[in-house]
This record gives sequence, structure tokens and C-alpha cells, in this order.
Amino acid sequence: MTDAGVTELKFRDPVRARALEEALARAVEAVGRAPVSVMHVCGSHEQAIARFGLRAALPRGLNVIMGPGCPVCITDVPEVDEGVALARQGVRIATYGDMVKVPGTGMSLADAQAEGGRIDVVYSVAQAVELARQSDEPLVFFATGFETTAVATAAAVLQDPPPNFFVLSAHKYIPPVMEIVAEMPDTRVEGFLAAGHAATITGWGVFEPFVARHRLPVVVAGFEPLDILAGLLKLIELVRDGRATVENMFPRCVTKAGNLRAQEQLWRVFRPIGGKWRGIAHVPNGNLRLRDEWAYLDARKRFDIDLRRLWDHAPPALVDACICGDIMAGIKAPTDCALFGRECVPHAPVGACMVSSEGTCKIWHQYGGHPELGGYGAVCAR
Amino acid sequence: MCLGVPGKVIDVRGEVATVDFWGVRRQVRLDVVDEPVAPGDYILNHVGYAIRRIPTGEIDATLALYEELLRRAEADDDLMAADVRGEIQGAGRD
Repeated sequence: MTDAGVTELKFRDPVRARALEEALARAVEAVGRAPVSVMHVCGSHEQAIARFGLRAALPRGLNVIMGPGCPVCITDVPEVDEGVALARQGVRIATYGDMVKVPGTGMSLADAQAEGGRIDVVYSVAQAVELARQSDEPLVFFATGFETTAVATAAAVLQDPPPNFFVLSAHKYIPPVMEIVAEMPDTRVEGFLAAGHAATITGWGVFEPFVARHRLPVVVAGFEPLDILAGLLKLIELVRDGRATVENMFPRCVTKAGNLRAQEQLWRVFRPIGGKWRGIAHVPNGNLRLRDEWAYLDARKRFDIDLRRLWDHAPPALVDACICGDIMAGIKAPTDCALFGRECVPHAPVGACMVSSEGTCKIWHQYGGHPELGGYGAVCAR
Repeated sequence: MCLGVPGKVIDVRGEVATVDFWGVRRQVRLDVVDEPVAPGDYILNHVGYAIRRIPTGEIDATLALYEELLRRAEADDDLMAADVRGEIQGAGRD
């Protein structure tokens, strides 16, 4: 990293940064075995780690792996297909920009748009509601994202949206997927770094049952380089000491109980059900679906979504070679993929991980990802 | 999509606040934030909704990351800066 601005932020408090790096190296050494692998589950954490070159500051014996923390990436193929099918049936769709290029079975929403489907990119569900208000025709908000974003959808549902506004929910809930990763037979993950802003909603207490069940520590961390280093240090200290607890290293945004008002709205509108996450597994309670009370605006109940019409589109070539799923499960790194940076690039993505700004592949591609990545790829490939 | 962005509350009308994000004024909904919000407070905006009122003593530390990102706001290829700009877009126009 040669950018002056980046260097300045990374070392905004150089004394503290160096002290943290040294303490982290000592803690990893004291664990007494290498490598020590920990996982974060947040695209914004990966962005910060890659962007600020933090992997260069990490000790060699420490692997920081990105798990299923990209909500767009784990949106499953049949969910994308539902959006695409609706668009091809002439229904107007509004969704977050990252969703548009994500491949379904044979088509993405961008492909449907090229065929005349009407897709509106919005930054907020509130904008989708506004679009619906401007006409009488049906508008389906294809809702993706974790609990942080689902809260906004819930609030919009509770704000009495117009009768032509519908929701196709592909929202996901993070805590259950941590259980799945912890239970993977070949998992090497010894602790989790939890995302500060999602925990702003749920509170750090939500991780206590997980910690008790799996005896793996969880540390909630913010997004500044120093926040992440401090979070990692706390996590490795817990690993070193064999202590499975939840620690909150982001107290300026996260409390134990979280935002109760937001949780109340979230669970009033949504119920958790099991469902598949793309490339990962069936995740019990990992999907958020509208409760029956809101059936009148549930796109799955109000439209006859005809997925068969998609079957005449063959899957794009190369899809079989994509290892997005293994990357999101933390088993492989982007550099293990034969397509990465060659056939699969941000302007022509093969897999969802190269589409989203929170996808591991796009982040690694964008930030070069060479000197600061160390041996991450090689370790992950094992 | 999970990175909230801090802004300064200028005005509050019912469940909608006018919030200043580095000179850009946007409307942010207050339906889910769990504390009273008044002009002068800082909130964390996520897809057009305030999810947290930032404690007074924590504002400077919270702003630092974003100021660094936005200093390079012209660099469209920067993913974090783009996400921050997207979050600001997520708040409604006046």
C-alpha cells in the first residue's frame, strides 16, 4: 500500500497500532500451535482488512478467514430465480444494486432486464415504497441482506405501504450459520469475529448460546483498522486461554441486549425458517420469511411465480468451475480458484462472490490482494 | 450492506430526521432507533434507517474511518467508499 491516505489512517495512532500488532504476535505464539484460524462473517470487515492492508500486520501463524458474510453472495439460486421469473412475467422489481448481476439458474436480473424486464435499483426499501406510491402497478421489493437490512424492510412493512407494494424476502439471519460453520467436520475455525453493526441490532448476548454450545469464543468488533486489530487480539487471547466467552470490543455501538425496538419490529414481521444458503448448506432458522399476518404483501403468496419458464435458459458456461461455496465456507480462498482474475472478473463475474462489493473475490480482486495476503491462499487450499 | 454510516441530525419531524452526511443532507427514518434523537445528535444510518444513536463521547472515533474513506470519494473503484456513498444515497432526498 503506497497511498498516503491509507497509511495515515492505518497509523492514525501508530503507537497503539504497533503495540496491538506486537501483542497479537505474542498471543498467537503463546497459543503454541500454528496456524490459528479465526473467521469473520462480514463483508465490511473483509473490505477493511483488505483495503487497509491489515493482513500484512498479522502474524504468520494467524489466518483470518472470511466466512458467509456477504448477504448477496449467499442468496440462493432459487431465490434469484424467483426474482427473475417475476421480472419475466412483467412484474416490476426493485432491489439493491448488488443483486442485479447475481446469477440464477440460467439468468440474472440483469439478463431479465436486457430482455425487457423492469428492474429498479434502490439504496433503501423506503425508495422502493416511494416508487410503488408513484403508480398503481404492482412493485415487488426483492429484499436481501442480513438482520441489519431486514430491520429496514420490517419497518417499511409496518409503515403501511401502498397496496401495490410487495416483498420477496431473501433476508438471512447470521447467528444460525455460525453454528453450521462450527459443525462442519473439517472446520479449522477456533473463534469468530462478529460484525459490529449487525450486533448493534441483535446485541452481543445473541452469541451466548452459540458459545455455550460450541465452546468457541466470539468477539464483536468495529470496522476501523485499530478496532479490527483490537478485536483479533482479544479473540486470540481467548483462544490462548481456552476461554469460550463473548467479548464486546465495539461498545460504542453494541450493547448486550441490542436495539430492542428494532428486534421487536424484525420479529413481528419475519419468522425464521430453514433454507439453503448458496454454496453453504441448509441453515436451520437461517432464512427470514414474512409471517402469515403479512401474506397480503408477500410476493410468494400473491403471484404465481413460474420458475419453469426459466428452464429454457441453459446455465452459463464456467459455473461448474466456480468455487464460491467453498470460499464462503472458509475452506478455500479466491486465489485457489482457476477462474479468479481470469474468466471471472468484476465486469464479467461468474460467481456471486465476484459480483457484490462484499464478496470475497471482488474485494480481493479490487485491492490487489498480493503482498498483504501472506500465505492465506496456500493455507486455505489445504 | 452491513456498514452503517454516521451523520449529524439537523432537524427531527415525527419519525423522519434531516441528517447531514459531510455536507449532503438526507432524510433518515427513525422508526427503529431505540433512543430519542434530537438535533445535534449523531446517528448511524443503514439503508435509510437510523439503527443507533452514537454516544456523545464516541463520535470522533466513529467519524474517523468514514472521513478517510470519503476523502477518496472520487475513486469510484474503492469498494468501501462506494458502500459508504451508497448508504448516504439510501437516505431519502429532502
